[in-house]
Amino acid sequence: MSSIPSQNASKPLWARYTHASHFRTAAEEFDACKLGFWLFLTTEVLLFGGIFCAYFIFRTLYPGAWKEGSQLLDWRFGGLNTAVLLISSYTMAASIYCFQKGYTRRAQWNLIITLICGAAFLFIKLAYEYIPKWSVGKRPGALFDYPFAADPHLPLWWSVYYSGTAIHAAHVIIGMVLIARVLYRSYKGHYGPTHYTMVEITGLYWHLVDLIWIFLFPLLYLIH
Amino acid sequence: MSGHSEHHGSYLERKGGMIATIWDWATTVDHKKIGVMYLFAILFMFFLGGMAAIAVRMELWEPVRQAADGSFTGQLFRPADAVSMSEGNNFYNRLFTLHGAIMVFMVIVPSIPASLGNFLLPLMLGAKDVAFPRLNLLSWYIYVFGSIFAVCSIILGGVDTGWTFYTPYSTTTDADHIKVVLMVLGAFILGFSSILTGLNFIVTVHKLRAPGMGWFDMPLFIWAIYSSAIIQVLATPVIGITLLLLVFERVFRIGIFDPALGGDPVLYQHFFWFYSHPVVYVMILPGMGVISDVLAVQSHKRIFGYRAIAFSSLGIAAVSFIVWGHHMFTSMSELASAVFSALTFLVAIPTAVKVFNWIATLYKGSITINTPMLYALIFLFLFSIGGLTGLPLGTLSTDLHLHDSYFVVAHFHYVMMGGTIIALMAGIHHWWPKMFGRMYNETGGMIGAIVVFIGFNITFLTQFLLGTQGMPRRYASYFDEYTSLHQLSTIGSWVLLAGFLIHLFVFLASFASGKKAPPNPWGGLTLEWVATSPPIEHNFEHEPLVKHGPYDFDTVVPPHWDPKDYPIPEAQAGGRPAVAHSPDRNA
Repeated sequence: MSSIPSQNASKPLWARYTHASHFRTAAEEFDACKLGFWLFLTTEVLLFGGIFCAYFIFRTLYPGAWKEGSQLLDWRFGGLNTAVLLISSYTMAASIYCFQKGYTRRAQWNLIITLICGAAFLFIKLAYEYIPKWSVGKRPGALFDYPFAADPHLPLWWSVYYSGTAIHAAHVIIGMVLIARVLYRSYKGHYGPTHYTMVEITGLYWHLVDLIWIFLFPLLYLIH
Repeated sequence: MSGHSEHHGSYLERKGGMIATIWDWATTVDHKKIGVMYLFAILFMFFLGGMAAIAVRMELWEPVRQAADGSFTGQLFRPADAVSMSEGNNFYNRLFTLHGAIMVFMVIVPSIPASLGNFLLPLMLGAKDVAFPRLNLLSWYIYVFGSIFAVCSIILGGVDTGWTFYTPYSTTTDADHIKVVLMVLGAFILGFSSILTGLNFIVTVHKLRAPGMGWFDMPLFIWAIYSSAIIQVLATPVIGITLLLLVFERVFRIGIFDPALGGDPVLYQHFFWFYSHPVVYVMILPGMGVISDVLAVQSHKRIFGYRAIAFSSLGIAAVSFIVWGHHMFTSMSELASAVFSALTFLVAIPTAVKVFNWIATLYKGSITINTPMLYALIFLFLFSIGGLTGLPLGTLSTDLHLHDSYFVVAHFHYVMMGGTIIALMAGIHHWWPKMFGRMYNETGGMIGAIVVFIGFNITFLTQFLLGTQGMPRRYASYFDEYTSLHQLSTIGSWVLLAGFLIHLFVFLASFASGKKAPPNPWGGLTLEWVATSPPIEHNFEHEPLVKHGPYDFDTVVPPHWDPKDYPIPEAQAGGRPAVAHSPDRNA
C-alpha cells in the first residue's frame, strides 16, 4: 500500500473505490448488486403476498367482520402515515440524485429527513394506533377483549391487521437502520458520483417499504 | 485484494497452524471452501437423519398392538400396555418428525446446490467467485444457525408434528411450546439461507460467465442450478411468512389457522405446499443437472438434446408453482381437484423429456463404468420408478386409495433419495478428484454403489406393496399381516446403512492415501476440468476463454489430456480433425 502515490490520499474515499476482484469492471459490479437486490425485493413482495392472501380469503369468508374492523380504524392516522412515507420516499430518491451529482451535503440532509419521517411513522403507528387500540381490547385472536364487537369473527380481523402492520413496521425499522448506516458512511466520504451502490440499494429497499404500505393502507383503512 | 491475487497455491493449502487454519476457513469468502464446508455440514446432518430412519425402521420390526390370539381386536391387554403404547407412539412420532425435518430442510434442499453448486458454479462459468462472496459465507452461517435451532429443539425432546408442521398438530400438541417454536424458527432461518444462495447463483450466472460463454454454452448442471435457484427465490418467502404466522399462532394464538377462532387449518396446508411443492423441484433439479453432466462426460459423447434438457429444467420450474393442490385433494371441490390433477400430469412431460434424452445420450457412447456412472444409471432406474409411481398418486380415483399410505412414502423416497441423494453420490464421486485433489478407490466406490442400490430397493419396493395393501403412513403399530414386509424393509435399511458406511470408508481412505488426481481424470470439456486439481485460490491462472460447447466430445480434445490417464474415443483420436483445447490463452 505504501507504494501507491500520495496524490491518491487526497482524494475522497468514493473516488478511490476499487471494485471487487472477481468483477471485470465497477459497472458490472453495480449491475450485479442491483440485479441481486431486485431479486431480494421479489422475495419481500412474496412474503407480504402471504399476508395479503390471508386478508382476501378471510375478507371473502367474513365480510361483516372486515367491514366492522375497517370502520374501527381511523383513516386520518393511516392517511397521515401514508403522506409521511411518501415524503420520505421523495427525500430518499432526492438523496440518491444528490450523491450522483456530488451534492453530498444536500444528500445527507435528505437522508436525515427520511430518517425523521420513518421515526414519525413509527411514532404515529404506536402512539395513536397500537397503544389506544390494544388498551381497549382490540387485540388479535385469543387475546381479543373488546366488549362492543358485533361480529364474532372480529378477532381475526385484528390478527390480520396486527400481523401485517407489525411485519411492515419491522421493515420500516430495518430500512431506518440501513439509512442510518448509509448516512454514517457518507460522512466518512464513502459515496460520490462514481460510487453510490449502497445508497441506491437502500433507496430501493425504502421504496419497497413505502410500496407495501401503499397497498396496506387502502385495504385496511379505506375499503369496507 | 491485491495481496491475494499473487497467490497461486491450491485452495486447500494450510495457512499456518491449526488455529490459523480454522480461522482461515471460518472467515473465508472462497466459494470452494464454503462449498466444502456445506458438504461436510450436510453429510453430518445426513448421518443424524439416517440414524433416525434406522430407529424408525427398528420400531416397525414388530406389530406391537395385538391381542392374545394374534388377531387385532382394538382392545389392549393390560392397563400397563396402554401406558407403554402411548409412550411408544409418542416416541415414534418424534422419531419420524426428526427424520423428515432433518432430511428435508437440512439435507436434501441444500444438498446439491449449496455443496456441489457452490464449489462448481464459478468454476464451470470461468469466474473467480460467486457474485456476492460475503453473502455466500453469511448463507453458510445462517444454515448452521438454523440447524442449531433445530438441534436444540431435538435435544429438548423433539417435536411430534411431522415435518410439515400441519396445524392443528403444530399449534396444540406439546404444552411446552418452545420445542415447536424452535423447530419452526429453525426452518424459517434455513429458508433465508436458501433464498440468499439462490439469489447469489442467479446473479452469478447472469453476470459472471467467462468471455465466449453464451447461455447455450453453459454446462447443463448450471442450467439446473439456475432453474432451482429461481424456485428458491420465488417460493421460499411464502414458507417464511407461513412459519412466521405459525409462530404468532403458537405464541399469541392469533387464530389464523385455528377454526375455534374462525381461522382455517387448511389455509396452512395451502400456504405450506405453495412453497413445499416447488421446493420438491429445488430438491430434484440440481440432481438432474448432475446426472446430465455425469452421463455426458462418462460416456464421452455429446449430450442428446441439449436445449430440450435446458428448457425442460425451466419448464419444470414453471409448472412446479401450479400443482400444490394435489397435496389436498380431499379438502377441495371436485372441480379444483380435477384441475390440479390435470396440472400435475404436466410435470411428467418435461421430466420424461430429460429421461429420454439421457438414455439417448448413452446410445453409442464410449461408456466408462465407474462409481459416478454407476450412480447415474442407478438414478435413471430409481428415478423412473419414483416418477411413474407419481402418476397413480396424481390420479384422483387411485389417490383416494393410496394417499397417506406407504405407497406415498415409497414414492417420495424413490424420488428424493433415489433421485437427489443418489445424484449427490454421483456428483461427489465425479467431482471428488477436483474438490480434494485425490482419487478414491474405484472398486470400493462401485461395491458401495451396488450395496446402496440393493439396500434401497429392499427397503422401499416393499413399501409400495405395503401401501397398496393399505398400510397407512405414520403409524407406530400395524396389523400382523404386514409383519413380513415390514421386517424385509427394515433389513433393507441395514443394507443401505452398510452401503453408506462403505462409502464413508472409501472417502476416508482417499483422504489418507488416495493417489494424486490429474486435472481431468474423466476427460470432461467444461471449464472446471481446465483448472488444476484441487483448483488454485482464484480458480484459473488467467480468465478462460470459451471456444467450444460443453459437450463437443466429437471435435475437441479434452484439456490436460494424457493417454495414460484414460483413452479418448476413436472418433477423436483418429480420423476427424481435433481442435486443441487452449482455454488458458488470454484474449
